[in-house]
Amino acid sequence: MSKTLMPATVTIAFGALLSAPAWSAELTLTVEIPKLDVAEYHRPYVAIWVESADQKDVADLAVWYQMRDTAEGHGTKWLPDLRQWWRKSGRNLQVPVDGVTGPTRPAGLHSLKFTDKQPQLSRLAPGNYTLVVEAVREVGGRELLKIPFAWPARKAATAKARGSSELGTVTLNAKP
Amino acid sequence: MKRSLALAALLTVLPATAFAHKAWLLPSQTVIAGNAPWITVDAAVSNDLFYFNHVPLRTEGLTITAPDGSKVDPQNVATGKYRTVFDVELKQPGTYRLAVTNAGLFGSWEENGKPRRWRGTPASFATEVPKDARNLQVAQSVMRVETFVTNGKPTTDALKPSGEGIELVPVTHPNDLFAGEAATFKLVVDGKPAAGLEVEIIRGGTRYRDAQDEIKATTAADGSFSVTWPKAGMYWLETGTKDTKVSVPQAKERRLSYVATLEVLPQ
Repeated sequence: MSKTLMPATVTIAFGALLSAPAWSAELTLTVEIPKLDVAEYHRPYVAIWVESADQKDVADLAVWYQMRDTAEGHGTKWLPDLRQWWRKSGRNLQVPVDGVTGPTRPAGLHSLKFTDKQPQLSRLAPGNYTLVVEAVREVGGRELLKIPFAWPARKAATAKARGSSELGTVTLNAKP
Repeated sequence: MKRSLALAALLTVLPATAFAHKAWLLPSQTVIAGNAPWITVDAAVSNDLFYFNHVPLRTEGLTITAPDGSKVDPQNVATGKYRTVFDVELKQPGTYRLAVTNAGLFGSWEENGKPRRWRGTPASFATEVPKDARNLQVAQSVMRVETFVTNGKPTTDALKPSGEGIELVPVTHPNDLFAGEAATFKLVVDGKPAAGLEVEIIRGGTRYRDAQDEIKATTAADGSFSVTWPKAGMYWLETGTKDTKVSVPQAKERRLSYVATLEVLPQ
């Protein structure tokens, strides 16, 4: 299910642990929600997070879900369908989370930018990480993509992963 | 003949012991999230998992324990030909324990040439069963049929053993089970680690395959056993034992049985 397309990760020399990083870095990512030709379409729930080398969720970047009540219950009812994210992070959170959760998004390209100054990434120690994007759609399927990256990037690098069902292309640009 | 009659009587009043039929609670889902989401549960006794084709599981002994340890009433309880159904509103975050328990004495004897059946407690045994009952057979049993459902983050307060009969103590949380991963649980009898219990685990959907594909495990000295889930699905876990911790001398042994329904999620 998951595809990794980054050829090699850059080794980072660990500096002294400082309360404020002596460097700056940013991640720009583009997530494509594919347009699907199906009889019944609902926008997918999407979770985007950063995993450490031991596969722990160390930063939730974005979670898109139906943030309102429906006849079938509140939209939180289906958050556990984002199975990996739910297990690693979601079930420990009180949603909504400022700066992380938001409503579902339509088919198309969605760009997100995070810098080391933002709360999500400010606590990230230098090292090797994996960006994970998980999408699940009502009466549809589920797909999970992973892109490894080094934090902070020493030079600009771009990596991609291509989904085959619920996700299109996910692009990750890391910049010093 | 008389013995088999008596045994048949016992079988009738003991719907869910370690005989051919399987008793189970089947929750609509075990992992859910929200302010006060609802689940619905089927309760039945059948040969096949998880199909309603024999008798409903009676829910007189149903206890729903909320994450904080308080008791919750089931809603919309209905018993049909093949199953009992009830709903549960999960108002608290955390893990709920849904259990049908049945502990008591079961007696049978002959009166004026006709079989008599009786069910009760050690206290009522003294007053209700004639002292001179012919061919008296008494069995004591403690059964537990349960499942677990979590709203949000899994918790373990509701899973504390009651101290009677066989119970499952989580090492791996029963609502944190994933295909391809190993889970460990401990079994206790009257709250104490139970070694040497044989555990049988069968995945649901038996109608659509040729074999039961049962997984067997035996508890170690500390009561623990591990299972690696081959696939995602609803699993039926069963174990039983007997001992001589009886409440009345007329009962020769105490039979204990335990069933849990566990949901294993895909990766």
